[in-house]
Amino acid sequence: MASDRHDIALSVNGTAYRRSIDSRMLLSDFLRHELLLAGTHVGCEHGVCGACTILLDGVAIRSCLMLAVQANGYELSTIEGLATKSGALNPIQQAMHERHGLQCGYCTPGILMTMTAFLKEHPSPSEDEVREALSGNICRCTGYQNIVDAMLAAAEALRAAAP
Amino acid sequence: MKPAPFKYVAASSLEHALLLKAEHGDEARFLAGGQSLIPTMNFRLARPSVLIDINGLTDLAGIDRSEAAEIRVGALTRYCDLERNYDFLKSCPLFGDALPHIAHPQIRNRGTIGGNLSHADPASELPALAVAMEARMRIKSSAGERESLASEFFQGLLTTDIGSDEMLVEIAYPTSKPRSGACFREVARRRGDFALAGVAAVVTLDQQQRCTAVRLALCGVGETPVDASEAAASLIGTDCSDEAIDAVAVEVQGAIEPCGNVHATADYQRHIAGVLAKRTLTTALQRASHGV
Repeated sequence: MASDRHDIALSVNGTAYRRSIDSRMLLSDFLRHELLLAGTHVGCEHGVCGACTILLDGVAIRSCLMLAVQANGYELSTIEGLATKSGALNPIQQAMHERHGLQCGYCTPGILMTMTAFLKEHPSPSEDEVREALSGNICRCTGYQNIVDAMLAAAEALRAAAP
Repeated sequence: MKPAPFKYVAASSLEHALLLKAEHGDEARFLAGGQSLIPTMNFRLARPSVLIDINGLTDLAGIDRSEAAEIRVGALTRYCDLERNYDFLKSCPLFGDALPHIAHPQIRNRGTIGGNLSHADPASELPALAVAMEARMRIKSSAGERESLASEFFQGLLTTDIGSDEMLVEIAYPTSKPRSGACFREVARRRGDFALAGVAAVVTLDQQQRCTAVRLALCGVGETPVDASEAAASLIGTDCSDEAIDAVAVEVQGAIEPCGNVHATADYQRHIAGVLAKRTLTTALQRASHGV
């Protein structure tokens, strides 16, 4: 079959991009290979592991279960947009650092994006709610306890910083 | 793990989408939330030559509560929108129990009710809910529209009675009746995994707390959602004693033919189906008598 090209325009972390892509290109591959934003990781490519989680207009989604062509016109947020331009970690990243919330780090971008959306909607979560929110992100180092601790600490830091 | 090539068309209207489907038939698939279709395309278990994206058809999304007797849910309504609509959950209480079991928050942000029912995965919760609630499916083609009862809609493994030129556009759910109680429970290996077995129960009582109607449907124990209401019919006209419910659980175990899978033997599935039948009926009865 001849390739099926589409022009798309979208924004990622506030930067506008235009590209011409094949319809079969997954959004996860588009971010990594076309925009060279390789912070979004690809684990299972069928929606089970959560490593590729990004925000689509602020909503957490699996970027391996969406076609890049479908993201036309949307505002995306990825792991690259969390720290400040000078490199200072945001409160969720800082909490992961302090609580040793990552070992190999492969699942971390997906976890940070999932929890960015979650903590915005649930500023004072219980431990159970944090575990439920994390249920769609697999950590094969199995460092879940430290991730849960980090997210409870991050929630506290975000509340303290809120105006 | 990449989809095979296809032609992508973003439908500009429902009519446009249906014309394309009529033209391409089984070669074309509708793309709604994509949470089942895209994985199967990534695995190349599905290789449609045309993908008709209906995500822009916002008229297909939404919850219509304008009629007292039923709630009509547009096929493009996402799980997260059902989860956050408290009026909907109050009128269709089985959803409040079942929605948290559907995969994970990221999936529920994209997946749609119409996509779920059209995919017809027998381990999925919503087909069983549709059978338990006696939902009616509104199906459209460019030639016209028709309705299909949930009991006729699910025809086999991943198979529905939607024709190659048709689309499921809306689902009508009868609202909860007075003195009715509902409950859904399932057992899965991990949060969000497919159910090894799940049971949806709806019970209606009269003023004397006697059962006047009971609906029972299971997921994960056959090639389609299983309507086990007949196994519970012995409760009708009784005050639903513990012994009577135990007898129903045994009936349910005899009425299903689970296949077993890598996580559970058929015997274990049959066992938990009975346990869940008892628990859901007991909780549904409590909710019916307390008016919850």
